[in-house]
Order: sequence, then C-alpha cells, then structure tokens
Amino acid sequence: MKVETSMKKVQVILRLETVERVKEALSSIGIGGATLMEVRGFGRQRGHTEIYRSQRMEVDFRSKMMLEIVMEEEKVDDAIKIILENARTGSVGDGKIFVLPVDNVIRIRTGESGKAAL
Amino acid sequence: MNAADTGFVLISAMLVMLMVPALALFYGGLVASRNVLSTTMHSFVLLGVGALLWPLIGYTLAFGPDIHGLIGGLENIMLAGVGKEPLNGGSIPALAFMAFQCMFAALTPALISGAYAERMHFQAMLVFSTLWLLVVYCPMAHWVWGGGWLMQMGALDFAGGAVVHMSSGSAALAAAIVLGKRSTLGRRAGLPHNIPMTVLGAGLLWFGWFGFNAGSALAANGLAANALVTTHLSAGCAILGWLAVERWHTGHFTVLGAASGAVAGLVVITPAAGFVEPWAAVVMGLLGGAVCYGGIFLKRVFNYDDALDVVGIHGVGGVLGALLTGVFACAAVNGVDGLLYGNPHQLWVQFVSVIATLGYCFPVSLLLLKLTDRLFGLRVPLEKEVTGLDISEHSESGYQI
Repeated sequence: MKVETSMKKVQVILRLETVERVKEALSSIGIGGATLMEVRGFGRQRGHTEIYRSQRMEVDFRSKMMLEIVMEEEKVDDAIKIILENARTGSVGDGKIFVLPVDNVIRIRTGESGKAAL
Repeated sequence: MNAADTGFVLISAMLVMLMVPALALFYGGLVASRNVLSTTMHSFVLLGVGALLWPLIGYTLAFGPDIHGLIGGLENIMLAGVGKEPLNGGSIPALAFMAFQCMFAALTPALISGAYAERMHFQAMLVFSTLWLLVVYCPMAHWVWGGGWLMQMGALDFAGGAVVHMSSGSAALAAAIVLGKRSTLGRRAGLPHNIPMTVLGAGLLWFGWFGFNAGSALAANGLAANALVTTHLSAGCAILGWLAVERWHTGHFTVLGAASGAVAGLVVITPAAGFVEPWAAVVMGLLGGAVCYGGIFLKRVFNYDDALDVVGIHGVGGVLGALLTGVFACAAVNGVDGLLYGNPHQLWVQFVSVIATLGYCFPVSLLLLKLTDRLFGLRVPLEKEVTGLDISEHSESGYQI
C-alpha cells in the first residue's frame, strides 16, 4: 500500500468545558471531521477525594476529553494555534496536544484513500 | 369493629409493603452497577417468601396462643380462625392485623441483605431467609408482641426496635462474619453506583415508616398521631445529627450521609414512637444520627465487611432506640414512665430486652448461616463476584450502556 507522509493525526487532551469551543474554532479553518472520546488520566493536575460513609477514596484519574483529528500537514500549525487559543485557561489541567504521523486514510464507503479520504 | 381503625391499618399495611421496594432502591444504589439487580432482588423476592410463609405458619408461630412465653401455638396455621372478625375484642379484622404483620415479615429479612450484598448465592439467600424468618423472626415477634416473655416482663417495643432492627442487625453481623469480605472492598470498583437512587429509597422508606410506626397503634387515634409525629421529627433531626458529626469528622456534608442519617433516625424512634413525647423524638433523632455515624466504624475496628452498614445503622440504632425508650417513655403518652420520669426499672427492662434479643438472634443466625453454607454454599466463587451477581446469578444486566 502506498504510504502518504503528508498527513498528521492531532490528538488533543482537553478539559470537558473547552471541547465545544475548540470544535467550533476548528470547523472555521475547514477541519470537517474529528473523533471525540471520554478519557481518564493523570498529569500535573491533582485528583480529588470522594467520601462515602466516611470511607475516603482518592480519585487519581481525572475525567478529560480526547479529540482526534487527522489533517493535511499544512493545516497542523493553524490547528495548534487555534487549539491553544481556545483550550487554554492558564491553570494546571488544560491538557496536551500530540502530533503523530499518519500512513494512510481510507474512506470505507468509497474506498478512496489518502488526502481524498479526509 | 371500627371502620376508621380498619381503614387506617389497611393503609398502613400498604405503606409498610412499599418499604420493601424502597429498601431495594436504598440498597441498590449503594452497590456497584454490576450488582444492582441482585441487591434489588434480595429485597423484592422476600415479598414472595413472606406472602407464602406468613399465612402458612409464620403468623401462628408469632401470634398464635402463647406457649410458655416462648412461641405461638399452631391454632392459626394456614390462617385458621383468622378472618373478618376482630381478634380478642379488638377494633380491626384479624385479617387486617395479619396483613400488616405480613409486611413486617417481608421487610425484616430484607434488611439483613445489606450485609451480604454483592457476594451471596441467590439460592442460599432464599434458604437462609426462609429459615431465619421461621426460627429467628417469628419467636422474636412472639416474645415482644405476641404475649411472649419480653412482653410479660414489660419491655417496650412499639413498632419493632428489637423484633425488626436489632434482630436484622444481629443477623447482619453474623452474615458479614460468615461470608467474609468482598473482593472489591476499599477499591473504586466497590463504590456506590447511584446515590440519587439511594436517596429516593431513603425518602420512600421514610414515607412507608409512617405506616410502620403510626400503624403500630392499630387504631386511628391520638397514639397513632403521636407515633407519626415522633417518627417524622426523629428522622429529620437525625439528618442534622449525622451531618453535624460528619462535617466535624471529615469536613464535608455528604448526601449519602443525609440519607443514612434519616434512616438511622427512623430506626432509633421505632421502639419509642408510641411511648415518648415529640420533644424526646427530637433529642433521640439528633443522638441517633450522631451515634449511628459512629456505628459505621465498628466494621473497621472489628474488621468485618458489613457491606451496606446494617450493623452500624439497624443494630446500633436498634439498641440505642430500645435503651432511650427506657429513658424517655412518658406515662402521659402511653401509660409507662421511663428513667426521666422516675422509673429507672424501665431502663433495666429495656437493657434486658437488648441483651436477650442480641443473645438469641446473633448465635442462631450464625448457626443458620453455617447450616445453609454446608448445604448449598453461601458465597459465589471469585470469578462470579468479579463479573457481578446480576449476570452470574440472574443472567441479566441492570443497565445497557
């Protein structure tokens, strides 16, 4: 299979409350598809404590959202800029952005591949 | 025969019936989602067991003619002689009283299920509940209400502090010891899955408890009104008592704490509802909430897994209620004075009734559990416990998510 090297997957860990804003801003630069996942994780932001009948339970993994977007390499810098603008609150726990190479994309309905399938 | 009394007791019977599904909600919310059906079933199925056993033999063992103060005779087996006419010159049909008591007989074994939740075989649970109803509950009901020795001695138990709460609390302790700890204890997998469900259950228990306590007056009269008022005041004040101690101890007011406090207040007032004045119910509620908050630490101190705190709330609350009844009882309410009104003897009688109840119910429950374990096996294997009893015991899931 032909390997396309000019596409990237941008994987963004977000606060629950910034997801909508980020998605709308991304749409405005022509990004037309993304996958949203509810995830739990830990980082610099500390967990919280729950108490049930005096039994304390440390919750180390916090709820976050993960947005995955595959896009043309040229759009990555703009996308990152927009995500930073819309997802940043300035407090610990704003999340992270990972950029990964993508070998290929195939649209299942038509069998198209590469950028045509984005 | 009195139409108002009859109507009131019939409605009270319906209210007590509602406590069974209410308990299913209260307990169901406190377990993990993979055990919600199993826990619901532990309460709900006992409506069936009670409906079969109580008219068949339970009623006569509890309320049949007294035999040496120990048990009722078999004269009323299969409801022989229990019909539309009142018993012993009472004002309600014998059948109305039987129906009211039938609901108690379904509810009491259901209370125990909080201790063995999330790890007991369903079939073993049915066998144990049947044996327990006949061997522990019926004699207890006879001793206290059916003309047995505790009644003859003058022990006060208006609506079941000993018969319902101390008995189920004792059995809960026995069950927690015999079954051992849940594999999920202290882990996130063992946390309550639906606190709103539990709060709804507590609210419905409270509503049903009006029938339980006020209905125990067996007449639509001032005593019933007194019992309804004391019940409500104690439940409400126990929320505050529990929350105050919880805030002091953990720094937080939890919603589960409020629900637990209400149930603790209802338990504490149960033996006293028709013997104490409203102001005493306020004190009993505040104390009950605070003391039962302490009660939930017993399982950590003595290292047993009473999953949903039956010992801490029903056991401790039952003992406290029985003793405080001996303190606050007031002859102006129902003809008997307690310690506070110059009758210390009543507190002694209450103390004896506590010792007798725990001394009978705990060892006998322990024996019945061991027997059931020998015959059927009480505990599910670890793999089934991890999968959850909903799937492994009932082949169903509570939620499709």
